[in-house]
Amino acid sequence: MSERDIQAEIHKIVTENPVVLFMKGTPTFPQCGFSAAAIQLLKNCGASVAAVNVLADQDIRQGVKDYANWPTIPQLYIKGEFVGGSDIMKELYANGELQKMIDEVAPQ
Amino acid sequence: MDLIAQIQARLAVLEPESIDVQDDSAAHAGHAGAASGGGHYELTVVAAVFAGQTALARHRRIYNLLADLIPSRIHALQIRALSPDEF
Repeated sequence: MSERDIQAEIHKIVTENPVVLFMKGTPTFPQCGFSAAAIQLLKNCGASVAAVNVLADQDIRQGVKDYANWPTIPQLYIKGEFVGGSDIMKELYANGELQKMIDEVAPQ
Repeated sequence: MDLIAQIQARLAVLEPESIDVQDDSAAHAGHAGAASGGGHYELTVVAAVFAGQTALARHRRIYNLLADLIPSRIHALQIRALSPDEF
């Protein structure tokens, strides 16, 4: 069995999908209030989100914390760039920045 | 020293004008993450060092100061990091 290169896997996920949310649970069944809030903000912006359920993969769960050097889930990435966690998403949503960022990457 | 006092002591290096830490653990008791024993806290820090910094940079600074407490003691942390002008 070959060793997984988790950092490479995460890099691939966040660079191949314009909007990625690492969350606990799924968009339909979030299993954490912060993840639920995060996916709701993205839905409000009309975002097409690649959601990754970290509860389904413990290696990804730990790996994504190392990848962004950020200790908590959820984590939002847009165009491969780490944007922040749920508090930052709330701030960006409130001031309209999140909508702008989503609109920029949305397929026309 | 209880955890809230520890959090306040760790963040003193930011020379904050105010720190408010609320223990919100009771509201989350029983859900999957709470089983690990770490609590949920809501933190509001007002500090001049945050002026001109992005939210990301502010949150990183706070996480770095609390790194060894997460996730064993702190399971979830809501952060409001403000400069005095924004408060």
